[in-house]
Amino acid sequence: MRVYTTAGIALKALRRNPMRAMLTTLGIVIGVGAVIAMMEIGAGASTALKKSIASMGANVLVIRPGTASSGGVSFGAGTTTTLTPEDCQAILRECPAIRNAAPMVRARAQVVYGNRNWVPNAIYGTTPAYLDVQDWSTLAEGEPFSDRDVLNSNRVCILGQSLVRELFEGISPVGKEIRIKNISFRVIGVLSSKGANMMGHDQDDVILAPWTTIKYRVTGTSLATTNQSTAATSDTVNTLSNLYPAAQPSLYPEHSSVQQSNNPMPVRFANIDQIMAAANSSVEIPLAIKQISEVLRERHRTRAEEPEDFNIRDMAELTATLSTTTTLMTNLLLAVAMISLIVGGVGIMNIMLVSVTERTREIGLRMAVGARGRDILRQFLVEAVVLCLTGGAMGIILGHGGSQLVRLLLGWPVETSPAAIATAVLVSAGVGIIFGFYPAWKASRLDPIEALRYE
Amino acid sequence: MELITLHGIEKTYQMGDISVPVLKGISLAIRQGELVALTGSSGSGKSTLMNILGCLDRPTAGEYWLEGQEISQLTADERALLRNRKLGFVFQSFNLLARTSALENVAMPLSYTVEELSSSEARKRATEMLCRVGLGDRLDHYPSQLSGGQQQRVAIARALINRPPVLFADEPTGNLDSRTSEEVLQMFEQLNAEDGITIIMVTHDPKVAGHARQIIRIEDGLILDNTTAGGPTPQTGEITL
Repeated sequence: MRVYTTAGIALKALRRNPMRAMLTTLGIVIGVGAVIAMMEIGAGASTALKKSIASMGANVLVIRPGTASSGGVSFGAGTTTTLTPEDCQAILRECPAIRNAAPMVRARAQVVYGNRNWVPNAIYGTTPAYLDVQDWSTLAEGEPFSDRDVLNSNRVCILGQSLVRELFEGISPVGKEIRIKNISFRVIGVLSSKGANMMGHDQDDVILAPWTTIKYRVTGTSLATTNQSTAATSDTVNTLSNLYPAAQPSLYPEHSSVQQSNNPMPVRFANIDQIMAAANSSVEIPLAIKQISEVLRERHRTRAEEPEDFNIRDMAELTATLSTTTTLMTNLLLAVAMISLIVGGVGIMNIMLVSVTERTREIGLRMAVGARGRDILRQFLVEAVVLCLTGGAMGIILGHGGSQLVRLLLGWPVETSPAAIATAVLVSAGVGIIFGFYPAWKASRLDPIEALRYE
Repeated sequence: MELITLHGIEKTYQMGDISVPVLKGISLAIRQGELVALTGSSGSGKSTLMNILGCLDRPTAGEYWLEGQEISQLTADERALLRNRKLGFVFQSFNLLARTSALENVAMPLSYTVEELSSSEARKRATEMLCRVGLGDRLDHYPSQLSGGQQQRVAIARALINRPPVLFADEPTGNLDSRTSEEVLQMFEQLNAEDGITIIMVTHDPKVAGHARQIIRIEDGLILDNTTAGGPTPQTGEITL
């Protein structure tokens, strides 16, 4: 007996009682519909969640120079001067697992606008890639500085929201000039608000400028020797500083502030304080670490037995959160899906049992004209599967429609997942086979004489 | 030529610890092309004998030869195949599938044949059969739209679709009035005479039994008497339907 003949018989049998068939499949329709809707909405939520965790820096790797030491005395983290912007470019060029990378120099200095001043949490000298690495590309106002600004050490900067509040009292700062250690910077953009990071530091209390400008015009030193009280060139006229002689003794004759601004950088050190690199995804982080390590060892000519002169740190905590959240979400959805499908399957089994009892005479007749037990088994099994697949198809339409409706009306993120649809089809067919088997088996075991006599 | 030969057929049902013998040694022979009536009061065992003859049941003891093949020990699947190829059934209550057209009812046994017919061929054959029983204009009617006599004729067409040599009819006129009963019986006689189909009817109605040439009366699990009336010798030629 051919499969399509069986399917035809099954369809005819179902068409004989369309109302009941429909009510029966309703269980599967709702089950599969719920699964599809949950999967799509869940996938959307999961992606949104991933994105927001990623924007907290889950994919970001921080590469910092290692510890210099001399005669057994360690000078503390970040004291070697071997990390260069060229390292950053090499990482970007040679590590396929890295999406983007930005060199960074840091400074801490007083910022002045008009009669107001403020010492921001961080003044970062970097490249435009930093915004991409930190997932911060949408500015609240203005535009980011360009690679050309970096090349030319242009005195432009982008302000964080906290600075706008502190220095400008909410007035748009774009186009205004601020001074960092007496170097004037034109504000060309304002960052969008990011709030505090996981350690509670205000991430908006920041100024971004080309790293060349910060390095050569503002600090002129590496991070290790940056010191707020000595760095200010204005301290030559501030007699109070002499009361607190924290300043390091200067070996060279000091330039006046005019001389210094005319010749910004007598000696150009090209070391940077750190490199921030974004991996393609959180999964690729271990790979990215390996690639960066290889590239930097080669560039720094570190022998195999020598320790690295740099450290790579990932946001392990964030990554762990990310993966647990995603797993939890998936498992939760799976549980809901299983329950609704089992309920639907029990409905199918119930109605198939009723159907077998009701059609006992038909089964007897079919056996009398030559149907074997397995023909009957197959007929009822196919009937159950047809019911489930029809229900599954309707459920897919319903679920997809539902999730689209949610997207349109509530604006929730939704992701159509072909895998979920394929799973739903397979699962509904599976439910048909599992829950249709017992009734079908019962039917196939009927005695034709008894069945024909059944009233 | 003997189409069916029974040799000491016994059937005993087990009701818990008690054995209930229903058939106590039946031996009979039915020639090809015979028109047989199987009569007896209720409880005599004629239905059980009919089930054994129709390969729906297996005898407890004895031999059953059908067309030179011993079939009393076949498995359920083998018997199903045999029923499909060699036997046709007509029931008292017609047993047509509700909400299924006459044509599809008639074509139904074709879906269990070994050699598979294409659906168009199956339709063609079912149409031919319905025309033969005089329902060529009722192909797409549902059983509920047909009279009792018409329904029984659809059932006969269904029984004959696989061109079986033997047709079993279990009280074929039990649910029909006397006029349509007569029509159905005439159809049986016609099929028997023209096509040489061996027909075995179970009936308790003497009028129906009167149409048969061979009358077998069962009483209490044994053959009471087995008479063959005179008349034309049954055809023994090839079955041509």
